[in-house]
Amino acid sequence: MSISREFLWILIGSAIVTLIPRTLPLVLISRMRLPDPVMKFLKHVPLAVMTALVAQSVLTDGEAWRSPADPDWLAFFPTLAVALLTRSLLLTVLAGVGFAALLGWLM
Amino acid sequence: MGNRTAETLTFRQGVVDCVPTLLGYLTIGFAAGVIEATAGMSLLEIGLLSLFLYAGSAQFITAGMMMAGAPVLSVVGTVFIVNLRHLLMSAALAPKFKGYSPLKNFLIGAQLTDETFGVAAGRLTGGERGADRWMFGLNVTAQANWIVANLLGALLGGWIADPERFGLHYALPAMFIGLAAIIVMQNRQYGRDLLVIGCAAGGFALAFLWLPGHLAVMAAAVLAAIAGAVTER
Repeated sequence: MSISREFLWILIGSAIVTLIPRTLPLVLISRMRLPDPVMKFLKHVPLAVMTALVAQSVLTDGEAWRSPADPDWLAFFPTLAVALLTRSLLLTVLAGVGFAALLGWLM
Repeated sequence: MGNRTAETLTFRQGVVDCVPTLLGYLTIGFAAGVIEATAGMSLLEIGLLSLFLYAGSAQFITAGMMMAGAPVLSVVGTVFIVNLRHLLMSAALAPKFKGYSPLKNFLIGAQLTDETFGVAAGRLTGGERGADRWMFGLNVTAQANWIVANLLGALLGGWIADPERFGLHYALPAMFIGLAAIIVMQNRQYGRDLLVIGCAAGGFALAFLWLPGHLAVMAAAVLAAIAGAVTER
């Protein structure tokens, strides 16, 4: 069990640059009255962020585009159907894992 | 989900609401632990990283860059860019946590991740306010799961081959799909939400032509939220 000096600096630096964007808006904005247009913008952020994260994970593998026959891209459709039909996050996750395994096995 | 008042948003309820996210971060955290151990980090270092950095893609990148011998400043700079999207999520949650002390809001934000944000946004729709206890229940459960997953990955990683075969890597994308669907069904503003979805997906595809994935996510999210805001009178 040891901590290298280099690791320690990376830990401190990356923890600080992560903590600031995580906390600053919550600490500051929750004490202010925001103008209406900003509130409307913030209202749409959750769906916008989640959709962009979905796009990133089903359209790309993180670095490059997926092919149209990629199991992780194809699994998007039945997983979305389960989400809309069941409205359950847990069932959606379990079904998505099942679809990805099945499609990965078939393709 | 449904509409709940602040009284039902207990610490215990926060723990329960975290359950659907556990599998997704367990698998990602496990994979992160494998990579971190491969990069030569000790168990203590992996524990500290999961405790203080606590961010999926950033931990992968840190391990990868350390392995490649990157200088400290370039690792820290990259982590900053990858994690900048939290700015947006923290700002979006802020109106829900008005009236709490700066220290409480700092603590709520310190454990903010894609998943806890998604769960919070799915539950606190409309004008509903958040409760600190509920958010702490959600946050603490999520991070405990993350730390355990990282350590398990470091300890057992060598023995488990090819987890993709079981589809477990898809727990995280499936969670994002489910969270987006739940937000739409809660909002019941299908026209405008479809526009936001179209802008976010199309914006991502466009931005990804020029930008790395994490920046494309942020650019697309900003564009889509602006589109949603300007079409609302």
